[in-house]
Amino acid sequence: MKYPIRKIKEYIIEKIILLSAMTSIVIVLLIFIFLLKEGLSLFGSISLKDFLLGRNWYPISNPPQYGILPLIMGSILVTLGAAVISIPIGIGSALYIAEIAPRKTREILKTGIELLAAIPSVVIGFIGMITLNPLIKNLFNLSTGLTALSGSITLAFMAMPTIVSIAEDAITAVPRQYREAAIAMGATRWQTTRRIVAHAARPGMIAALMLGIGRVIGETMAVMMVTGNAAIIPHSILQPVRTLTATIAAEMGETVQGGSHYAALFAIGIVLFIITFLINGVADIYLHRNQKRGTKK
Amino acid sequence: MNVKNQEKIASTILFICTVLVVLPVVIILGVIVVKGIGAISWEFLTEMPKNGMSAGGILPAILGTLYLVLGAILFALPLGVMTAIYLVEYARENFLSRLIKLAIVNLAGVPSVVYGLFGLGIFVTFLQFGASIIAGSLTLGIMILPVIITATREALETVPQSFRVVSLSLGASKWQTIRHSVIPHALPGILTGTILGLGRAAGETAPILFTVAAFYLPKLPTSVFDQTMALPYHLYVISTQVPGVSEKIRYGTALVLLALVLILNLFAIIVRSRYRKRKKW
Repeated sequence: MKYPIRKIKEYIIEKIILLSAMTSIVIVLLIFIFLLKEGLSLFGSISLKDFLLGRNWYPISNPPQYGILPLIMGSILVTLGAAVISIPIGIGSALYIAEIAPRKTREILKTGIELLAAIPSVVIGFIGMITLNPLIKNLFNLSTGLTALSGSITLAFMAMPTIVSIAEDAITAVPRQYREAAIAMGATRWQTTRRIVAHAARPGMIAALMLGIGRVIGETMAVMMVTGNAAIIPHSILQPVRTLTATIAAEMGETVQGGSHYAALFAIGIVLFIITFLINGVADIYLHRNQKRGTKK
Repeated sequence: MNVKNQEKIASTILFICTVLVVLPVVIILGVIVVKGIGAISWEFLTEMPKNGMSAGGILPAILGTLYLVLGAILFALPLGVMTAIYLVEYARENFLSRLIKLAIVNLAGVPSVVYGLFGLGIFVTFLQFGASIIAGSLTLGIMILPVIITATREALETVPQSFRVVSLSLGASKWQTIRHSVIPHALPGILTGTILGLGRAAGETAPILFTVAAFYLPKLPTSVFDQTMALPYHLYVISTQVPGVSEKIRYGTALVLLALVLILNLFAIIVRSRYRKRKKW
């Protein structure tokens, strides 16, 4: 009679494991449900259009105004700046590490990049605040160094580890035969890298860029510490801005639970959740495309 | 331009890019170590803050971070490992496993501040834990779940298929096979993922802002339903919210946090590389 007991045990374990695996799905759903639950009440008093396109974020004036356009513009400006800085540098560095660096150097560089990714954002924000802000203030003769540009530079460094490591994986996954064929045809190493390898690794590189940008949009502490947090529509990269994430982090402490300000911050959370959900979903599609290509003989 | 020069210029530019990526690590480390090392003393690590946090030590912040990280891993490790076991050992390529993978990808991409909102909504308010260590730990635990799942999956996938086949052919059940022939070989990889998760949880600020972190507490927490101070939030507070905290204390706090996180990460990297070298199959 040993057998049935063992079978029952197997069955129970299998079900427990299946249930654990499903929690990830449940958590994603719960996140969305709770954001909606706390955030949707805002739209009783204000229309979606006024929320997304309103030009004034005055949560504590009377009556309060909850237009998040300045915050969206702040996030976009900082993110674009970070992308302009981190994309070329990140891709260049990934190409160097994957194609040029000798093996020992490669290991050291990869460790360094992993460590950069590990530095807590509040530490990066702290360093940015102390070193970068005075530099920018003096360089451009501004009254404050807390600007969108400081945010972009800080965030660029936070996006780079993601971009470099995922792009590097994609480049390494390009089959050797591609390179050998190109070199046999008389192409130089750089021509091979640029025309063949970079081209074959393109879907993975796009995924890398998107994930890097996803990280930038969601980043909170560093950006809050260096951008000055002025909720106005920026006209230049040398102005203080406030991002979506920083608004939530900075203001949640002052709100009354269940109040309209509280709901508005959750509504911003919904916007962020949807943006990052889309970015990560699309990046995942590109990543899979790269894997398929990589395994093709 | 001739081809040889082109080659040289290209590799120089790519090299400079790499330097630009790695240099900030060196600068950040250098600045914080040089300026912060002077603040580190036995008293700094083991005393309560004094004079509105402008003097004394950071003990409650250090302890708080340890509690939070421990709580997060207690929640995330079993759940993460079992999810990975399901995906690698049990799941077929079907809609459910695709959905689980998609959920994990999205969990990894959710902004940390949104985790904070979620924790506030579900643990603090809905389940009425209040701002507490348990609410903060669970929030951090959910945040590091993808890290642990991904690392464990990779570790399980590198265990050769033949190990499973042999075990099954000797009459072991599926679970016995996983338990005795697969998991032991995947342990170093799981350990690496766990340590990386610990490091991530220790450094994050946004998820604990509204779920647990206290600006200043005169006493150490005594239960999981108490609030606590935490290192990353403490660094944020003394560098932006409290005027007049000396640079020494700020850099000292940054150094303690950075050291904690980087030592964990270096340890994980070493475990991983030793394990890779030893592996002979």
